[in-house]
Amino acid sequence: MHIMEGFLKPEWCAFWFALATPVVIYGAWRVKREIEKDPKAKSLLAVSLGFIFVLSALKLPSVTGSCSHPTGTGVAVILFGPSVTAFLSSIALLYQALLLAHGGITTLGANTFSMGIVGPFFGFLAYKALKKFSLPVAFFSAAAVADLTTYVITSLQLALAFPAFPGIEGVWISAIRFLGIFAITQLPIAVVEAFLAVALLRNIKAYSPEVSTA
Amino acid sequence: MKIFKLILPLLLVITCSAQEWSGADEIAEDTIKELNPNYEPWFSPIFEPVGELETLFFSIQAAIGGFLIGYFLGKHERKS
Repeated sequence: MHIMEGFLKPEWCAFWFALATPVVIYGAWRVKREIEKDPKAKSLLAVSLGFIFVLSALKLPSVTGSCSHPTGTGVAVILFGPSVTAFLSSIALLYQALLLAHGGITTLGANTFSMGIVGPFFGFLAYKALKKFSLPVAFFSAAAVADLTTYVITSLQLALAFPAFPGIEGVWISAIRFLGIFAITQLPIAVVEAFLAVALLRNIKAYSPEVSTA
Repeated sequence: MKIFKLILPLLLVITCSAQEWSGADEIAEDTIKELNPNYEPWFSPIFEPVGELETLFFSIQAAIGGFLIGYFLGKHERKS
């Protein structure tokens, strides 16, 4: 779940926008370059975006009795790397902010930072670390790690904005509360997402073995 | 494709039965109000879909995604 509209003070909104915007712009430039280099990249970019769209529209129930949705960034990050993923995620987040009142325009920077940048980046690290060992395991881990890390970052962002009391200790106490809400709910959802990501990536690989991963 | 066929119906069944489950974001909202009772959201959504409209936009989002995946995977299958 993304941070709701108006739920971060203006200074925090500005801070996360400042961090996220350069990455999204670089990602957009990379997308342009990928298409110029090989027009066939368009279809894989579309599939990556499609996966983000489908998965972030699915509100799944979880063990905690509440619902949350996957992020779907695993496929994009494996095929194109973190910066392109940041750009694609910002499209999905913009759609949800404008049409669904889910997330928000003011919190778009913060949500792009968690879902589009840090989450996929850690997923990418997991993929790089495991890909020599086994490709399906690397796919699975990348998707699960990208999903879970997104919600860990969301929890930290909320904790920074709403510490239980002033000072760093208050931030930690809030962080533990928010992690209790998001991370535990997200755990089984991340596993479901990872299975779907592996299935899609294996299909892509089967149809076009020449597809290179990032 | 096997895994898709197994997981997707399962997903549908769980998602359909999930009507009464509240969103994790609502729980987070309550927690924020508890941590800082004085906090007032300073900006509210410009457009907020009500009732079934929200379902519509969520379905459109999923449909766009499903179309993109299906179209390009299908295109590859025809070629091979």
